[in-house]
Amino acid sequence: MSASKPRTLFDKIWDAHVVERLPDGTCILYIDRHLLHEVTSPQAFEGLRAAGRKLRRPDLHIAVADHNIPTVGSRVPEDIKEEDSRIQVQTLEKNVVEFGVPYIPILDKRQGIVHIIGPELGLSLPGTTLVCGDSHTSTHGALGSLAFGIGTSEVEHVMATQTLLQAPQKNMRIDVTGTLGLGCTAKDVVLAIIGKITTAGGNGHVIEYTGDTITNLDMAGRMTVSNMTIEAGARAGLIAPDQRTFDYVKGRDFAPKGEAWDKALAYWKTLPTDPGAHYDTNVFMTSAEIAPMVTWGTTPGQVIPVTGVVPDPMLIEDEGKRSQHLRMLEYMGLTPGQHMTDVKVDVIFIGSCTNGRIEDIRAAAHVAKGRKVADGVQALVVPGSGLVKAQAEADGLDRILLEAGFEWRDPCCSMCLGMNPDKITAGQRCASTSNRNFEGRQGIGGRTHLVSPAMAAAAAVTGRFADVRQFG
Amino acid sequence: MEPFTKLTGIAAPLPMQNIDTDKIIPARFLKTIKRSGLGVHLFDPLRFNKDGSEKPEFVLNQEPYRKAEIIVAFENFGCGSSREHAPWALLDFGIRCIIAPDFADIFFNNSFKNGILPVRLPREVCDQLVEDAKMGGNARITVDLERQVVVRPNGEEIHFEIDAFRKHLLLNGLDDIGQTLQHGTAIDTYEAQQKQDRSWMPTTTAA
Ligand code: SF4
Repeated sequence: MSASKPRTLFDKIWDAHVVERLPDGTCILYIDRHLLHEVTSPQAFEGLRAAGRKLRRPDLHIAVADHNIPTVGSRVPEDIKEEDSRIQVQTLEKNVVEFGVPYIPILDKRQGIVHIIGPELGLSLPGTTLVCGDSHTSTHGALGSLAFGIGTSEVEHVMATQTLLQAPQKNMRIDVTGTLGLGCTAKDVVLAIIGKITTAGGNGHVIEYTGDTITNLDMAGRMTVSNMTIEAGARAGLIAPDQRTFDYVKGRDFAPKGEAWDKALAYWKTLPTDPGAHYDTNVFMTSAEIAPMVTWGTTPGQVIPVTGVVPDPMLIEDEGKRSQHLRMLEYMGLTPGQHMTDVKVDVIFIGSCTNGRIEDIRAAAHVAKGRKVADGVQALVVPGSGLVKAQAEADGLDRILLEAGFEWRDPCCSMCLGMNPDKITAGQRCASTSNRNFEGRQGIGGRTHLVSPAMAAAAAVTGRFADVRQFG
Repeated sequence: MEPFTKLTGIAAPLPMQNIDTDKIIPARFLKTIKRSGLGVHLFDPLRFNKDGSEKPEFVLNQEPYRKAEIIVAFENFGCGSSREHAPWALLDFGIRCIIAPDFADIFFNNSFKNGILPVRLPREVCDQLVEDAKMGGNARITVDLERQVVVRPNGEEIHFEIDAFRKHLLLNGLDDIGQTLQHGTAIDTYEAQQKQDRSWMPTTTAA
């Protein structure tokens, strides 16, 4: 196809997976990988059962329970106290047996948050299509996989047909250049991006992140950026695979080996966007626009540098927007003009599929070392998988954190969403490394501020939001 | 899936932007293994106080909107999670159509798959429809999918765009899986070809 017109990374993956183009342009798209978890799959299995259907290719699916698993105490399903949580987990365990789906058991050390373990186990690969009934599936785009979240009906569709019906998406490039300033991380990059393009900015698009700021990120950082793509409204966020990607993938459990590896590598090297390829939308940013960030509102786009002040709604002309903004401030218990560094925190959550990797825990431990969690503050560190936990313990990070007064938990989604025992209560304020600060996300009436792991640790030891640049 | 052809009903005005999936159905209600029964939790944070009592000021707690079948809202409806519990909760409450200037992508897709019609109309039109909806039981709105029009209470017809394939599925109440399975041979051919072109592709049973 060398004579054809230049294509983007997204175009190439898309074209290679079109089974059939329907007259109206909708495509039947082949799906190489399907990851399942306990929350969005039961109704899909129920649907298959009712229609007498089977999985077309069970050997391309893999399941893990993550959202409902407690982070302290017994982890076996029978011991989960909340009845409906227990039923969801047990239902998954029954369904994988009945339908022959590969499954990573809860007590397996490889268990963890689905978007952490996909890359970690080499299940997420460049040039593949990967889906999961979970919007943060965009994470896997960091490896150059066209990965996106789907609803339960689509989960059932993939199970039965190994395909999805998809309308073509537009190409958006977000190009970030320049060296990141002191204390700035991938989380700050992606928060700044969402702040710039807004939470609807990516609707209808697949984003490709380019520029040296992005390519200089380690794989964990790239995953943090791709992970939050959905918060900018785009379902998938790609980063072109390069040597760093290949080095990361090589040797992982499910990655191709031997001759297959060589073939895969040769193919993956053809994937990056051709020079001159067309993007429907281009966004350019520089690292000068990025500082250690913190959100102040109830959408991830409402973000300011930690040195900033809470914006004044009275400056907004549109009446509807102004009243929404006012309501938000009331919910968040903030006043216009207030310095973020004067805002006190009650709870710290370090974890989730956004920032639950070993690099994130290391960054938090670096700030925590030799310091103490402030009085009255509860600080949780929840590794994203059993392997992350084991690595952190081998590196002694757990001891640093425990000595500083952090709690060291077992892997799960934990306080990222109010679905398991880890919740914040009404009015509590949480500095969280997760991805959503919607009202009630971490528990009814809870107030969430999104930050990087280092910023969360800095808040933990200060008792207020703090500028991580002052913590050498 | 129930077909969607033409609906005349009460429309509830919800003039807000960014109504996210945690507002439509908070995470704590996702712990179900069934599709039905979620309507009682629809819009829980907006609809109920912490003690479970109704917030009288919320539109769906008022007559005649308790029987609303249409919602008129503002930009970016359904943003957030991929949870299909959002359309299930809407459907279980009795909502069959949502009109807004735009929708979050995943929610938009999920709606069609559950027989809910999301209609995109410009903000000015949504502003008018919100005013219409505020007139309550005296002002029913009609959504005619066949003709692709929304009919205001004053009889004015507003055309909307919809993808032809989705329209076909919705009008006939067809499920996507049945449709796709008709292309089974194409999928077989693709898989055979892929085995050659990308023979390196491992399975999930390999490790
Ligand atoms: S960590 Fe949070 S965002 Fe990620 S999969 Fe779990 S609940 Fe979803």
